[in-house]
Amino acid sequence: MKIFIEKTNKNMNKKFIGTVGKLLSELKINPETVLVTRSNELITDDIRLKDKDNIKILSVVSGG
Amino acid sequence: MKCSKCSDKAVFQNPNLCKKHFIAYFENKVKNTIKKYKLLTKKDKIVVACSGGKDSISVLYLVKKFVKDPVAIAIDEGIKGYRSKTLEDLKEFCKQNKIKLKIYSYEDYFGASLDKMKKLTHLIPCTICGTFRRYMLNKYSKEYTKIVTGHNLDDEAQSIFMNLLKNNLEISARLGPETGLIKDKRFTPRVKPLYFCTEKETIAYSLLMGFPVTYTECPYSSLSHRMFIRDSLNSYENKRPGFKQTLIDGFIKTLPKLKKHFKTKVTTNSCEECGGVSDNKICMTCKLSKEIKNKSLYKNKHNLNT
Repeated sequence: MKIFIEKTNKNMNKKFIGTVGKLLSELKINPETVLVTRSNELITDDIRLKDKDNIKILSVVSGG
Repeated sequence: MKCSKCSDKAVFQNPNLCKKHFIAYFENKVKNTIKKYKLLTKKDKIVVACSGGKDSISVLYLVKKFVKDPVAIAIDEGIKGYRSKTLEDLKEFCKQNKIKLKIYSYEDYFGASLDKMKKLTHLIPCTICGTFRRYMLNKYSKEYTKIVTGHNLDDEAQSIFMNLLKNNLEISARLGPETGLIKDKRFTPRVKPLYFCTEKETIAYSLLMGFPVTYTECPYSSLSHRMFIRDSLNSYENKRPGFKQTLIDGFIKTLPKLKKHFKTKVTTNSCEECGGVSDNKICMTCKLSKEIKNKSLYKNKHNLNT
């Protein structure tokens, strides 16, 4: 799975199958601070992800 | 997860809503806040304080639906690689939506950018920035009846907590959907239509509306006390969902009493240099700008790099 983390401007490849909530937990990201998109569409924490998915983890906390 | 209003897939959770119903929910919340607290009227001449981030672009878009010809105003602090990016988004947005935009800079008004000021003083940049930005916004908003800001529920929760930790209830008394304690012609009233919208809801709205918002982080934010409070509140919110909303609901109930109590204690003294409101003979803006000018002259005289 291709993952882009906006806050750190980091791209990563990760083998993962499970829900968005589980992915955030594995990455130690507080779900309160992010929104997640798959192929540029907003998705909720219960959505099951597949290994071929293209995921963006967008920061919602203000940067200044 | 399904939308709680229809059978479509939810794009947001808590509340669980699809794109169409989330946009309606967000816009209604803003509209209700404006109506309930009488933040804007058709007669108002409005200026919207903009940074170019998600909050100010969303509020600018929504305010344009309520009042005729709002003007956007932005303060360029001069933070390399940060403000320039958000201002580009703002310029593009204003051009697309036919909104007049005025930009003023620290460099032109105070003679130095924030990056340069940071090198000249021992103060943390957020202190200088907050003081100067507030001063300039007020200075360039005299011809308007209200300043609209993009402050959201998270910003307000952070301010309440910061004031509690500083044991400064008087500053909290100035918060709320409309700021301030008394009407004073030296201040243009500030209103916050996004008061009950969380930061997460605001960015979801800006994404779903396709606003041009780039994520950027101020290079000085790690030095700010607010960022520490923000992260602490978000950790608690994750453990106790709804905590920030409950905090604001409780605060808004006590706010009329707080305002009444502190109204009588408000200073109406003027700064001897600029005539602005000040508890002391010289206001914080004049004190800081003088300190920066003196240090700048000293360094130039001694050929020191700034």
